[in-house]
Amino acid sequence: MKRYIIKRLLSVIPLLIGISFLAFILINLSESDPAEVALRVNEITPTDEAVAQMREELGLDKSFIERYLTWVTSSIKGDFGNSFINNKPVINEIVQALPATLLLALVSFIIIVVISVSASIICTIFEESWIDRTIRGLVFIGEAMPGYWIGLLLMWFFSIKLNLLPTSGMTSWASVILPGVTLALAYISTYVRLLRNNMVQNKSENFVLYAKARGMKKRIILKRIFKNSLQTTITALGMSIPKLIAGTVIVENIFAWPGIGRLSVAAIFNYDYPVIQAYVFLMAVLFVACNLLVDIVTAMLDPRMRKEV
Amino acid sequence: MGTLNKLIQNRFAMICIIFLVTVVLTGFFAPWLAPHNPVDVNVKEKLAGISTTYPMGTDQLGRCILSRLLYGIRTTVLIAFITMAATIIIGTLIGGIAGLFRGKIDEIIMRICDIFMSFPSEVMILAIIGMMGPGITNIIIASIIAKWAWYTRMIRSIVIKYTDKNYIQFARVSGFSRWHIFRKHIMPNATGEIAVLATLDIGSVILMISALSFLGLGVQAPTPEWGMMLSEAKNVMIIHPGLMLPPGIAILFVVAAFNFLGDSLQDAYNVKHRKRWR
Repeated sequence: MKRYIIKRLLSVIPLLIGISFLAFILINLSESDPAEVALRVNEITPTDEAVAQMREELGLDKSFIERYLTWVTSSIKGDFGNSFINNKPVINEIVQALPATLLLALVSFIIIVVISVSASIICTIFEESWIDRTIRGLVFIGEAMPGYWIGLLLMWFFSIKLNLLPTSGMTSWASVILPGVTLALAYISTYVRLLRNNMVQNKSENFVLYAKARGMKKRIILKRIFKNSLQTTITALGMSIPKLIAGTVIVENIFAWPGIGRLSVAAIFNYDYPVIQAYVFLMAVLFVACNLLVDIVTAMLDPRMRKEV
Repeated sequence: MGTLNKLIQNRFAMICIIFLVTVVLTGFFAPWLAPHNPVDVNVKEKLAGISTTYPMGTDQLGRCILSRLLYGIRTTVLIAFITMAATIIIGTLIGGIAGLFRGKIDEIIMRICDIFMSFPSEVMILAIIGMMGPGITNIIIASIIAKWAWYTRMIRSIVIKYTDKNYIQFARVSGFSRWHIFRKHIMPNATGEIAVLATLDIGSVILMISALSFLGLGVQAPTPEWGMMLSEAKNVMIIHPGLMLPPGIAILFVVAAFNFLGDSLQDAYNVKHRKRWR
């Protein structure tokens, strides 16, 4: 097991180098000169002198590799430079916005787990009955519905029509309900489909037949089916954590939720490159970290998985 | 032609095909079918209800909703088709090379794919649009960059699956070139599976394009697009909530039809576990 973990950890290193390189290249991909953009957003006329000075200030006069290395070393220390807009350190802005996003992601994660696990168990017990068909129908519709449309409809119904919940912002504990549900609904369909199909498939496995033959209680058999179906679900759920955090972008913009998704979209409109770069880099690192964690957990649960890599 | 028969027997899949063909034709003939010009502003008639002149009413600027919906097919569905086609071509080329030649080339291509796939696609797209600025061309490029790695991988594994088959080995021993084998023996078999992948995924491409336009990052005003129509409807939600329905339902139906068709194709071709976790 130790060997597996070390091997898996080592495999992450080239990946991280690649990611940092890609995140860095993106800024050079833009058609406009970052120095000029930095001046324009601060409403300074970009004269040749001012641009040259700004280039020096941003370190753009150095070679590509040199710039990459300085960027990587300072990023590791948590220094992503200053925002073009308000000149504050980017890391401060991200740290300020992160708790709101994490809270939102956590709430939807809980909703996702509770609803998809209970719905799949109901579907497995009553396979091919009307209730199973209804849930599957809802899952099908849920997969085709745009998440932001659901958000708008929920907002209209609960906040405007019934006036039960706040429309937007983060004012009270009730504010998290609508964005949390909206975000969760987009993922629930995927997990119900995955877990249900897995459990129904496991139902026809030999160990179930054996358990039935031994005359075990239905509840215990169901528990075993569930346990055997968990592995794929854990993998998928683990991968969904960074996806959830990344997926908050749209929801945060609908409900004016003060998180990093909103920060990054605002940064895109303002051409605030350092913020975008930091967001992209942190998201990718989070994605890799979760991936790693999931692999290690599944390897712990199932020794057969250790052979790969 | 067993697979085709299976598909024809699936009545609901046939309905989906007929529906989608109708949608595409409607988009094509939108200039003849739409009652008004989709960008014509008529402030006197703003937020009008259903009438014979405006079959679905008008929006906050007095533009005909039905016309905007019909012209919206051109934008949304066309962008989705272009994105998908370009992604598949790139994926087939690079995945084909990796699967056919194996060895070092394969190794390098796969590592590059790993890096691209370590970004969640949403973040990747935001990053590229952030750097290149909002706009139609940029969302197409961004989606292709976010997707090509996954397709390259899938197509590589499809190609490898066939290269192990005996008839391919036979063709190899007979001295046919790799290119000939790829074109004559692998592609005809793989096309079906690639089509399944594309049909399953095109719905999510449509959802993504409309979501980006909803955020204001994709299609720019005044071009009619379903996601942008929803974002405009959001602003007048309190006084006129009905505006949210037509574009939302349009997206729902088109995406649902593509998803169902994808699932049926998957069943017909017996391809398993190929569905991407969305």
